[in-house]
Amino acid sequence: MTRAEAIAAVRACLADEVVVHANGAICRESFAVGDRPGNFYMIGSMGLAASIGLGVALARPEKRVVIFDGDGNVLMALGTLAMVAAEGARNFLHLVFDNGTYGSTGGQPTYSRQVPLEEVARGCGYRRALRVSDRDALGAAVRELQGEPGPAFILVEVSPEESVGLPRVPLPPEVIADRVRGHLAAG
Amino acid sequence: MSVPGAAFVGELKRHGFDFFAGVPCSFLTAILDRLQAEGYRPAVREDVAIGLAAGAYLAGRRPVVLMQNSGLGGSLNVLASLNLIYRIPVLLVISLRGYQIEDAPEHWVMGEVTARLLETVRIPYRIVGEATYVDDCAAMAKVFGEERFPAALLIRKGMVA
Repeated sequence: MTRAEAIAAVRACLADEVVVHANGAICRESFAVGDRPGNFYMIGSMGLAASIGLGVALARPEKRVVIFDGDGNVLMALGTLAMVAAEGARNFLHLVFDNGTYGSTGGQPTYSRQVPLEEVARGCGYRRALRVSDRDALGAAVRELQGEPGPAFILVEVSPEESVGLPRVPLPPEVIADRVRGHLAAG
Repeated sequence: MSVPGAAFVGELKRHGFDFFAGVPCSFLTAILDRLQAEGYRPAVREDVAIGLAAGAYLAGRRPVVLMQNSGLGGSLNVLASLNLIYRIPVLLVISLRGYQIEDAPEHWVMGEVTARLLETVRIPYRIVGEATYVDDCAAMAKVFGEERFPAALLIRKGMVA
């Protein structure tokens, strides 16, 4: 399964959640599936998607928050997993699209092949932590975990091939922030 | 001469700040003690605290991040590539280790350059004074609210006790 296919499969399971996207191709591939006001496209600040999402989740405990993360991003701020678990964010679903590489920069390897990140999440205290490798299992896992209190973690094994020719998200950063704020203020 | 922790936190709350996260510093203990009752979140890193605060801001809160100036170096990228370009404000309360005092060697360099680093990334700041802290808090709260820009209150040793 490519990451673009995995992202499309997850997007099909979502309603009005806030989705915080890690930087790089994850933003572009999700934008290509379709833009939505609850999408926060993090274009810089690598490693911080989960902490931004946790901030939303703690401030709005009744609102479901989903993170589209990458293995390089998670490894860059691994302590965040401890924080998410310890804060016990029940409305927090953490998806990590694991291609084992820094894909946007030429496919240099990360440590995720040697370090199973879902086990790290489980060790930190996420309520559920799963690993999936095909589209049916991914859809089933997302639907199952959306129906339970979190924090929950799904490691999604994806191939390291990169989408070709996808444009950057064309929205100015300020517009991205305003839209998510408006989306959250509206309900 | 110092500002009581309760008075300082009272000013923050008077300006509507309602979400607190950070990494501790001994210069900030009197503030942190008062913030425990306000749901203060201990972050694992200073930049992670700023990320958390950014999420809280998107959800309608007015966040404050507390840190030692040693944490400012590690936070410059998130300030530059998140807060400043998305216009996501945060009020930073930063201790001044190594600033105009004898301090441990690891604080010498950052103590000297903290204010200049903030100037370099164009983040307004005030060095909090006993006679000026009410105005310092008001001025930085105004930057936060009206300019949607990060702003910093710098805390010298013993200033808030």
